[in-house]
Amino acid sequence: MARELQEVFLIDACRTAFGKARPDGIFAQTRADDLVVKVIRSLLDRNPEVPRDKVDDNVWAASTQWGDQGLTIGRTTALLAGLPVSTPGVAIDRMCAGGMTAICFGASEIQVGAADIVIAGGVEHMGNHPMGQGADPNPRFLAEKLVDQSALNMGMTAENLHDMYPDITKEMCDEYAVICQRKAKKALDEGKFEKIIVPMTVWTGNGWKVADSDEQPRPDATLEGMRDLRTPFRVKGRVTPGNASGLNDGAAGAILASERAVKEYGLKPMMRLVQYSFAAVKPEIMGLGPVPATHKALERAGMKFEDLDVIEINEAFAVQVIVFMKEFGIEKYDDPRLNPWGGAIAFGHPLASSGGRLMAQLAYYFAEHPEAKYGLATMCVGLGQGGSVIWENVQS
Amino acid sequence: MPDELVTQFKDTYYESPAGKIAIVTMDNGEDYRKPNSFGLGGMASLNACLDRVSAQPDVKAMILTGKPFIFGAGADLTQVPLIKTREQALEIARAGHAAFKRIIDLPFPTVAAINGVALGGGLEIALACDYRTVSSGVTAIGFPECFLGLIPGWGGTTLLPKLVGPEKALQIIIHNALNNNRMINGKQAFELGIADRLFEPVDLMDKTIAFTVGLLQGTEKVERPEPDWSDLDALCEQAKAVADSKVHGNSRAPYMAIENIRAAKDNTIDEGFALEDEALAELIPSPQMQAGAYAFDLTQRRAKKPVGVPEGAALPVRKVGILGAGLMGSQLAVLFLRRMKIPVVIKDIKQEFVDKGMGYITQEINRQAEKGRIDKDQVAWLLSLVEPTLDYKDMADCDFVIEAVLEEMPIKKQVFGELEEHVSETAILATNTSSLSVTEMASDLKHPGRVVGFHFFNPVAAMPLLEIIKAEKTDDPTLITAFDVGKKLGKRCVLCKDAPAFVVNRLLLRSMVETVKLVDEGNDFKEVDQALWAMGTPMPPFALLALVGPAIALHTNETLAAAFPDRYTVSENFKELVARKKPGVYGPDGEVDPEVREFWKQADPPKRIGPQEMRDRVSEALADECWRMIEDGVVGAPQEIDICMIFGAGYPFYMGGLTRYLDYAGYSEKVKGKKFHPDA
Repeated sequence: MARELQEVFLIDACRTAFGKARPDGIFAQTRADDLVVKVIRSLLDRNPEVPRDKVDDNVWAASTQWGDQGLTIGRTTALLAGLPVSTPGVAIDRMCAGGMTAICFGASEIQVGAADIVIAGGVEHMGNHPMGQGADPNPRFLAEKLVDQSALNMGMTAENLHDMYPDITKEMCDEYAVICQRKAKKALDEGKFEKIIVPMTVWTGNGWKVADSDEQPRPDATLEGMRDLRTPFRVKGRVTPGNASGLNDGAAGAILASERAVKEYGLKPMMRLVQYSFAAVKPEIMGLGPVPATHKALERAGMKFEDLDVIEINEAFAVQVIVFMKEFGIEKYDDPRLNPWGGAIAFGHPLASSGGRLMAQLAYYFAEHPEAKYGLATMCVGLGQGGSVIWENVQS
Repeated sequence: MPDELVTQFKDTYYESPAGKIAIVTMDNGEDYRKPNSFGLGGMASLNACLDRVSAQPDVKAMILTGKPFIFGAGADLTQVPLIKTREQALEIARAGHAAFKRIIDLPFPTVAAINGVALGGGLEIALACDYRTVSSGVTAIGFPECFLGLIPGWGGTTLLPKLVGPEKALQIIIHNALNNNRMINGKQAFELGIADRLFEPVDLMDKTIAFTVGLLQGTEKVERPEPDWSDLDALCEQAKAVADSKVHGNSRAPYMAIENIRAAKDNTIDEGFALEDEALAELIPSPQMQAGAYAFDLTQRRAKKPVGVPEGAALPVRKVGILGAGLMGSQLAVLFLRRMKIPVVIKDIKQEFVDKGMGYITQEINRQAEKGRIDKDQVAWLLSLVEPTLDYKDMADCDFVIEAVLEEMPIKKQVFGELEEHVSETAILATNTSSLSVTEMASDLKHPGRVVGFHFFNPVAAMPLLEIIKAEKTDDPTLITAFDVGKKLGKRCVLCKDAPAFVVNRLLLRSMVETVKLVDEGNDFKEVDQALWAMGTPMPPFALLALVGPAIALHTNETLAAAFPDRYTVSENFKELVARKKPGVYGPDGEVDPEVREFWKQADPPKRIGPQEMRDRVSEALADECWRMIEDGVVGAPQEIDICMIFGAGYPFYMGGLTRYLDYAGYSEKVKGKKFHPDA
């Protein structure tokens, strides 16, 4: 039987606020699955034309899949969100790119005709699940020198990247971080995040509170203030808490739909999927991942880097973004194409949820910039991977 | 008496698109198993919280809610025993009113988000807010006060009728409370107009905030129908008739509540609150309310952790045997199937008996499935767990066998003896005897330590009490297992010594013997019934006799007479009633059966006495029997008697079961010179 591939559209995307993964963080007493439920219900509430009983899959990623992130979180949250019992769900993991992968997986289900409407995203409650919780790396990794010991510590891989690009200094990374904080503040002040961040009332020991804004941004960050921050990963290192993303709790996700569903239900798509690609590099320099992934995606799409009007790159570490800029010829840290509304250094990086955040920022940036045609969401991934997704703006 | 577990009022603030919203959370710092309750400490915390909220001129609205799963369960009843005077009661009443009035008077919109249990004061504080949202997941909303001997006196009788009108207010405050403390759920609260919006539990708070923002921005409108006062008098009379039938004037609470609701039509809120103050000042220190709080505490705590059960692990019960497929045996089979979902072997001596039992079980399981108490899809599987038999061999692997054969000692001993040949040494043998000696039943067995009394009440599915009888040789593992099984069957278990008729039947029969004596002496059936019913028992004594069945009652009477001949004399008239197979003393028309009137020999000349004297006679007899039971160690303490009478005989809370009533009505002292509860 002849098979026709379908176009995939992103209908809407949003996220919870990102909290600090600490006992006094806003989400300290909130479950990860409840964060996901909030995203799902918000997406469905504000897109009433999406029929709840036509959601073909609920695809959710988390890096640590146990406890409140276990039990096939895509299925548990479908039930908890009040979707019909007939809604299937799945759990996905590609560490930091979990949410991105969930969206690509859901998109592929639509492309091949296995689904018409998919909800997809990612969550990480790093307070409940510290990075690498329960991990048991095979001793062969070290015994056979398959990877260096530093490969499992993300901060150390960022230091390794500095070694590989000796001309990228700590000062450059600090400057990048300060500019990021400034961009984020401006965007927040201008209300760019009103639709992206959904307020959620959460239980805390001191009563119910509304989590409506990220806890991490430091709008007042200065170069001077960052100069003397400790470098926890190395003596005389370059990676500091100021030029890296931090540990956070949060969830982000999107509704995806086929062209058929868009027509049938009268949906208003925000962007069309052009291409996605994943690629991998040595685990010790995982921050390099977005470079080959982006090359691969562009090549497969038949596009050039210059075709991209906007780039949402996850700022796990400033050095990793500067490497990406270097490889693709972006010179200025405040290049208007690059993370125009700020990135993870300001907002935080709850691992698997960040992919969803990138898509949401891209979609709402497109909404304000009909002149922007193509956009890229890209991120690096622990153990040496990179993911890149190219979208076309369909809002006019 | 425990210190007040203070419910703190915690304020946080949200800068909403419509301005600053104060979110006030009630939280006693415990999880959902200890609901928020209100005492003087809680009211002080509320006042301090309102001070903080009011000090901020930019607050545009306030949302009041509870900790997860709990809104507020009402006044802190553990403090009631400390309130001994009118002045103390008035202080509590006024403290609540003053604090709630401050909420009413706040200059901005207030919204209660009812996220869980909202009872009594918990519902009243919600009513003090301008608007209410409710979660569809809430199952317990109501005013249990009249059930306990109190009125909803922190605004309930004033604010609720003003909000939804007298009909619905009476329904909640009187009818539901007196109908076994029935509660309503979130959806019903919305439909009755108590709540303005119904939201799903998952995002009640988010939706309530959106609703509040909408109120501030003018996009949300709340429209309520005007309360309909046209039928006020008729409705109040109706409610009074219900109160009469339930409490017979013994508890003043429902009558005062009805009058407050009536007055709410023309009263201002302040006037209504003043009436409530007066009512609480009178009611809280009253013996009925003190007994009500005692009974509430018994049922909520002591009854859930039976006293006197040895420590240790229960034996596994994986398969149950039932001897006797009569009505009792069949009811037990249904109970085990429904609650424990384990294989049940049911044995009788004739195939037709077994078939009849199976017929009942099948019908009952299906009926319960239709009522939604059993998953319909499980009916066939549950029925497949029942194995009817005529042969003890099929009970070989049962861990727990209960007998429900004829109530005659030789038969009981015989079946246990035969059974013991087939079951393992550790299988527990339980008897559902209502009056025979369990010790004697076990006396000829090789392993008497495994025998225990397991006395259910009829109808088994409905009556919550299970008397568990420790015979002389009953060993600890057997006893522990019996309590474990009882709990799994959903019953409230009380440990009793092996004494004739145990607790409930012994007391009911003592009362019955005295009642019959009153008629034998020349008093009229109906006069006796009315006089004694007015004590507060759930039904008149001769109605109870008809319900139990005269033959069964006579049998128990005879057992007790054999043990205590001076107190349990069997009336010749009563014997004649049973001999003539009469279902009771009344005919189907509710009048005394002419045949009964004919044969019943009364004293000549009759020795007629007034209703109060009749009550005195029966109450003194009960006090006497209770004292004897305590002295004989039938139960460990008067509290156990009360738990038994509440769950096994339906005695009301405002009597505190039985012994609190005997105390406050003066009978304990009259009979024995002291009270059962000298410290109360």
